[in-house]
Amino acid sequence: MHMSDSREINAPTSEVWAAILDADVLKQCVPGCTEMAGNASDGFDATVVQKVGPVKATFKGHVTLSDLDEPNSLHLAGEGKGGAAGFAKGGADVTLTATENGGTLLHYEVEAKVGGKLAQLGSRIVDGFAKKMADQFFNNFKDAVEGPSEEGDATEETGEKKKGWLKRIVS
Amino acid sequence: MPKDHGIGASPKRREDVRFLTGTGNYTDDINVYGQAYVYFLRSDMAHGNIKNIDTSAAEAMSGVVKIFTGADFEGVGGIPCGWEITDKNGDAMQEPAHPVLAIGKVRHVGDPIAAVVADSLEEARNAAEAIDVDIEELPAVVDMKAALEDGATKVHDDLTSNLCYDWQFGTETADVDAAFAGAAHVTTLELTNNRLVANPMEPRVAVGDYNRAGDHSTLHTTSQNPHVIRLLMGAFVLGIPEHKLTVVAPDVGGGFGTKIFHYAEEAFVTFAAKACNRAVKWTSSRSEAFMSDAHGRDHVSKIELALDADNNFVGLRTDTYANMGAYLSTFASSVPTWLHGTLMAGNYKTPAVQVNVKAVFTTTVPVDAYRGAGRPEATYQLERLIDKAARELSVDPMALRRQNFITSFPYATPVAVEYDTGDYNATMDKMEELMDFPGFAARRAASEAKGMLRGRGVNCFIEACGIAPSNLVGQLGARAGLYDAATVRVNATGSISVMVGAHSHGQGHETVFPQVVAEMLGIDEGMIDIVHGDTSKIPFGMGTYGSRSLAVCGSAMVRATEKIINKAKKIAAHLLEASEGDIELKDGQFSVAGTDKSVAWGDVTLAAYVPHNYPLEDIEPGLEETAFYDPANFTYPAGAYACEVEVDPETGKVTIEKFVSADDFGNVVNPMIVEGQVHGGIAQGIGQALLENCAYDENGQLLSASYMDYAMPRADDLPHMANYVVDHSCQTPCTHNPLGVKGCGEAGAIGSPPTVVNAVLDALNSGNHDVEHIDMPVSPSRVWEAMNG
Repeated sequence: MHMSDSREINAPTSEVWAAILDADVLKQCVPGCTEMAGNASDGFDATVVQKVGPVKATFKGHVTLSDLDEPNSLHLAGEGKGGAAGFAKGGADVTLTATENGGTLLHYEVEAKVGGKLAQLGSRIVDGFAKKMADQFFNNFKDAVEGPSEEGDATEETGEKKKGWLKRIVS
Repeated sequence: MPKDHGIGASPKRREDVRFLTGTGNYTDDINVYGQAYVYFLRSDMAHGNIKNIDTSAAEAMSGVVKIFTGADFEGVGGIPCGWEITDKNGDAMQEPAHPVLAIGKVRHVGDPIAAVVADSLEEARNAAEAIDVDIEELPAVVDMKAALEDGATKVHDDLTSNLCYDWQFGTETADVDAAFAGAAHVTTLELTNNRLVANPMEPRVAVGDYNRAGDHSTLHTTSQNPHVIRLLMGAFVLGIPEHKLTVVAPDVGGGFGTKIFHYAEEAFVTFAAKACNRAVKWTSSRSEAFMSDAHGRDHVSKIELALDADNNFVGLRTDTYANMGAYLSTFASSVPTWLHGTLMAGNYKTPAVQVNVKAVFTTTVPVDAYRGAGRPEATYQLERLIDKAARELSVDPMALRRQNFITSFPYATPVAVEYDTGDYNATMDKMEELMDFPGFAARRAASEAKGMLRGRGVNCFIEACGIAPSNLVGQLGARAGLYDAATVRVNATGSISVMVGAHSHGQGHETVFPQVVAEMLGIDEGMIDIVHGDTSKIPFGMGTYGSRSLAVCGSAMVRATEKIINKAKKIAAHLLEASEGDIELKDGQFSVAGTDKSVAWGDVTLAAYVPHNYPLEDIEPGLEETAFYDPANFTYPAGAYACEVEVDPETGKVTIEKFVSADDFGNVVNPMIVEGQVHGGIAQGIGQALLENCAYDENGQLLSASYMDYAMPRADDLPHMANYVVDHSCQTPCTHNPLGVKGCGEAGAIGSPPTVVNAVLDALNSGNHDVEHIDMPVSPSRVWEAMNG
């Protein structure tokens, strides 16, 4: 399946670029991610627990980054094996464009496919599921980079999460 | 008045007592003391090179007995194909290796990579998760036409291409071309016969056992033909001679063809039981069944019909792509050829018929026989095409068919078979009567008043059953004979065990076969039991498929019973001090013609086993006879089917309002069971027409592998019993078997799909929707798109 969308992130491209290459940020943003280790040059090892329709599985996978053109674009490729649940694999082309107001327009094109039981049992819902996963990831990413909106963001429980990535590292 | 016993009566199925009270003995009910369990790690990729399989972590896990991979089967034979097809150039088909466990490559989702034998199924499954398999993914081969293009990815690297064979049969090309060149009208249709999964209620199960003391292997398996499995597995895969191998197929919960074939799991458990010195059991899950049971149908065809100015059929030409899947299943190669091409003439006297079939390897589950096997595909093409021709020519589809019917028999078709007998107008008349043609206009008007579209579809079909004359099929490439066998063992007290080669897995043999023997001997059916499904108990048998059980095995049973009667008459003649030629058998009494002297069946049988007063100088004691029967020809059941549908133009949903079948099965032994067979067959055909579809995506992923996505027909998809009329009163008895029977098991599944689709198109066209064709399954979305697209 193919998905594409854009997010406007209220941070300069350099900051967005750095965030994409950070294992902690990725762990925070990938829905269901329980482990994320590695770095931009060696790639990341990830463990993700997800439920797709009737299939719940722990996916262990490896994500590699390529075609890095700092801070403009890169390609992510990943494959996760879910044991008896099958596999998911895909790639994303991400481009970052500076906006007039100093922010970044993040655009992504994602190609994904699933195999094994995921395809056998979940084919009717997998497209919707993947779209939701992508939406969640980039929403989380936007939030992680931007940090909490200014005073008045009332939701207490998300307060910590809303704290910006850079601010957390420096604080 | 209907008979209450013997041939023509409808006693209730005696096997149902155990089936309905939960006391059947299915393969999964069989447990051997100390048995281990196997879980197969199957490929979740359609196609790939196996780079490495690391089982070390899994082997260390609790309960694991042994883990097998393809390497353990080096030197062991592969799964054989039972039928060699010769292509149109005279060359043998391309026949790839079919390993028990994948070697080097995986070729479809579900291809077994490794097998974990463990103390429990849970431990086997857990260990399988710990096996690290490194597979380099290769492009999937899904579309048959693309698979034959130059440079296409090859499923089997050692074959020259993905083409298994390019087969041509029937009338010479020049003669067919001439028929088309001179035609007044040509109708052309392209269609797909959708891929199906058989889905018997009982998934496949196999239990392998090995007795070291006697060096004897036993396989319990869900098979339609245990002797065929013994032959294939013993001789071709594992190299076990027959006397060291027993195959038992106990109660089997439906087969529909998919349990004919020899499967890797059967060979595996037999092999592993010896290797582990421990019984090994495998029970398929439903998900596993979807990706490991052979699938059915999956033909893509173009068919053309040439008619002269008077609407006589003058030529027929087909061009079919038949999906073989990744490997050749046991009878896969014969289905699109000899079981399909030879039926392409249908019920019609078309003088020139040519069939072209390209069989193609793809990275999908192997495809083989499924209820009807080739004949539904032939019928669907032909009967959809005739309906289209009738619409194009604005003639009555019934009249067009009748005009072209074969009416004199025997009739040799241009596609090699000779129909021995039939009366196609008789079944057509009966169908017309039962369908109430005169009332159709009013019913259509009533439907239209409700905002619905009503259509009527008709269909005629012929099938070849009772496979087959061994010398003929041998010439056509079959690697086995297709006779059958029966032993009639009369016990001392006169009770009888009949050991038959045909396996019963829903057909009701245990009820029907005794009816025949009881009729011949004039004794009570309750004195006769049928034994089947165990190679150590029955003489031999090629099994149950192709509606052959009664026509072939039943005939063997008749021959054996005739031998019993001949011997019993000799004994009776001795006891009655009369000449053998004067002895008559009636109602279980042997009497001397023209006298009141008689001796009862039980006295004769007792004398055979207690031969105190017995003609020992002429005949042996005992009363047991075996017969093998090899038929002289196929049988040719035929019928005319019709249905009326309502289509909801708002949603595209099709409802079958009434279905009528008028079949000619020759003689009928148990009408109730025949009707049940036809009801079930029609239900499966309606399932194919409206609901069922086995779908792969472009990556070779199987998308319909559960009942959430694979739609099986349910009771409310079928018409109410009052409108689900099954008739078999038109009977032209088979001319060459002793019972005059033709076979009824597949008719419903052959005759119904085109009937339904023709009816849907009639409904749409009645509503001024100019729709020429909709591929099966004719789902609401496809109908709606056809109406609104």
